[in-house]
Amino acid sequence: MNEQQQTLWQFMAQQSDKLLMQTLQHISLTFISLIIAVLIGLPLGIFIARRKAFSGPVLGIAGILQTIPSIALLGFMIPLLGIGPKPAIVALLLYALLPIIRNTYTGISCVDGSVKEAAIAMGMSGWQLLFKVELPLAMPVILAGIRTATVINVGVATLASYIAAGGLGEFIFGGISLNNTNMILAGAIPAALLAILFDFLLSLLQKLNRKKLKMATRVLPAVLVVMACFYFVPSAYGSKLTAGFTPEFMGRQDGNLGLQSKYGLKIHTIVISDAVMYKAAFEKELDVISGYSTDGRLKAYDLVVLDDDKKIFPPYYAAPIVRDDALKKFPELEPTLNLLAGKINDSIMTDLNYRTDYLHQSPDRVAKDFLVAHHLLKPAGRGSAGIVRIGSKIFGEQYILASMYSMLIKGYTNYDVATKTGLGGTKICFDALTNNQIDLYPEYTGTGLLAILKPSPQQINAVTGNKEKTYNYVKSQFEKRYQIKWLYPIGFNNAYALMMRRKQATQLGVKSISDLKQYLETK
Amino acid sequence: MIKVEHLSKSFNKTKAVDNISFEVAEGENLVLLGTSGCGKTTTLKMINRLIEPDQGKVFIHGQNIMDQQPETLRRGIGYVLQNNGLFPHYTVAENIAVVPQLLKWNKKQTQHRVSELLEKLHLDKKYLSVYPNELSGGQQQRVGLARALVTDPAVLLMDEPFGALDTVTRSKIQAEFKALDELKRKTIIMVTHDVQEAFELGDRICLMDKGKIVQNGLPGDLLFKPVNAFVRDFLKDQRLQLEFKAIKLRDIIDLRPKGGVFELHGEVLSQNISLWHVLEGFKFSKAENLHIIDHYSKKKTVLGFEGLMTAFYQYKKRQAHE
Repeated sequence: MNEQQQTLWQFMAQQSDKLLMQTLQHISLTFISLIIAVLIGLPLGIFIARRKAFSGPVLGIAGILQTIPSIALLGFMIPLLGIGPKPAIVALLLYALLPIIRNTYTGISCVDGSVKEAAIAMGMSGWQLLFKVELPLAMPVILAGIRTATVINVGVATLASYIAAGGLGEFIFGGISLNNTNMILAGAIPAALLAILFDFLLSLLQKLNRKKLKMATRVLPAVLVVMACFYFVPSAYGSKLTAGFTPEFMGRQDGNLGLQSKYGLKIHTIVISDAVMYKAAFEKELDVISGYSTDGRLKAYDLVVLDDDKKIFPPYYAAPIVRDDALKKFPELEPTLNLLAGKINDSIMTDLNYRTDYLHQSPDRVAKDFLVAHHLLKPAGRGSAGIVRIGSKIFGEQYILASMYSMLIKGYTNYDVATKTGLGGTKICFDALTNNQIDLYPEYTGTGLLAILKPSPQQINAVTGNKEKTYNYVKSQFEKRYQIKWLYPIGFNNAYALMMRRKQATQLGVKSISDLKQYLETK
Repeated sequence: MIKVEHLSKSFNKTKAVDNISFEVAEGENLVLLGTSGCGKTTTLKMINRLIEPDQGKVFIHGQNIMDQQPETLRRGIGYVLQNNGLFPHYTVAENIAVVPQLLKWNKKQTQHRVSELLEKLHLDKKYLSVYPNELSGGQQQRVGLARALVTDPAVLLMDEPFGALDTVTRSKIQAEFKALDELKRKTIIMVTHDVQEAFELGDRICLMDKGKIVQNGLPGDLLFKPVNAFVRDFLKDQRLQLEFKAIKLRDIIDLRPKGGVFELHGEVLSQNISLWHVLEGFKFSKAENLHIIDHYSKKKTVLGFEGLMTAFYQYKKRQAHE
């Protein structure tokens, strides 16, 4: 009964350190990239205003860069620049380039020809013409471009948290995966305010009269540099190893909070999207990551799971959860779904995940192969007795499970199946289930406990030590509160785990999280 | 002072200026006259190298302009544009002080010169800190002129300087322009398509067509000794007014043997005054007469409108017989 009842204000007050840090990072990301974009875009704009033949290609290329979706652009950056602020800054600056180049070009091209002629005829050199006449006259238009670029950057910078560059996106995406509205708002509202604030300040600048503008254009670079420097406020503690945790892991009691309180683990931590986390660990950008114990990439990148010797990660046994009324409507559903109960253990699941995530086999094929191997596949029936809607979260394991259930239902019953796979996160899946948009999806006991039920810490302590206790608790609570039934667990435990590269872990002699803590504390 | 030799310039194979040569004496005001596209502006702009010639040479003070840095050359030549070309982001004072600033004059000297010019051009001091867009067209043109004159350059180039003004403002500024003592010492080349303006302001007129000089001479030469039909046709509108402007008072009334002066309304007139200006000075009331005063005998000859006209016709008759 903690976070849900908190007001947004309380949350922000409680997290004020983090909020300040993220806001400063956000401002820095925005302005570092903006300064670089100005340093590149302004001369380029001037150049193409002088040599019009280049204007088409340059503006064309900048325009194409602008159309690349932000997440894709961030993705392109990882192989080139790794993770962290570097690729984020490069991506942001690419977005900021177009408005700056275009407005510089337009501004300078639109300076009155007779004014330019007069300047030349007075005996100004090319540089004097540029700095005394063209740039000052183009300045309002150039500033408009910088203003557009700033607002774009404040927005896109929220995505920087995907690649461990920090910023307010950490709260936003952490909040989405943790089903925590306050956290989302604590990131989203400051981000929106920043955009509005910078837009407003720059609009004031544009409206200044010429004399003040002259002064402002001298002060502005200094202000920008100061803003950009926020990023380099040293982080709280440095350490020998670098950890990369997902935004979700950062905010969870059974995640980073537990690591800090129960293990006293102090490690230099950056926030990163799980899409790039494993790769970053493999490429030695990160040393310790928060992964899932059945993730296929564990096998692909030769990572080892550190033993959770103090049991802070609750069990995450997967089981299908179904709305009670759907079970009534489709009486054959429950026995069919239970066909899979106990069939898949951790190593089987890791292997299945490895095949989809790393060998890029389709989840359908992986599911089918498994069912065939276990003699569970039957040809599909006519499917005339209604449609069962299956949901899944947006990662490979869930796609495989949804696919298996779909084949089982078609083969063993007369129902047809509609799959709604790739639902963003726990919150989206669970809301879809309670709002009768889907009938079932595979859920994990730990998630049900911590992300949905959110009991008191004492209660959590009481039930997380043992997998049966957790299962029974969520089963009874879901029935009571939501009229949703947990069917039998499938068998594997996809719990949170800390992982390291096998080679490094062996070298350092780290086998458990306690070992890791010890290693970090020996100077 | 300025010597132009065999100057040519083509744009995309069209000859804008085709092998022209002329000279301008020190203190002379040469008008390049012609219709648009005749090459007069191109010629003007080749003199301060806003346009580089394809062929030919230009000498100022005997020095080939191609041997100088274009910036240095231009800083020594005043330039007035048709649309004034004032810097919209500079105040009036800053606009006038552009060249002194480039030449790194000290502040005091610049300020002093700026206010001096403002006074001479009949602009109030309150305009110093005003931006050009707050001025009227006539005021802007005056500031443009002040900017060109600020370093007191020996040579002044003017590209249709009064072209953008309405008729009333134009004639007022033309009158001021003529009266400005700063300009009397200067060698000026002015471009215009306005025949009346050319006759009003030019010591000599160079009529151009299709990139060539058709006739280069005194205003009276063009009127009374046109080299061809083109010149005659060009000047046929309002010819009488042109004649009045071209003919000086001393052309029709010979003072030489006696060494006298002309006086109108009790004021001594310039020796170079045109018949047009004497007539303009007449208010056509009964008592208005031109007085011709003999230096030695102090004898006054009184000449009215009719007397002037008679002298004018006699002069014209003489021209026709020459």
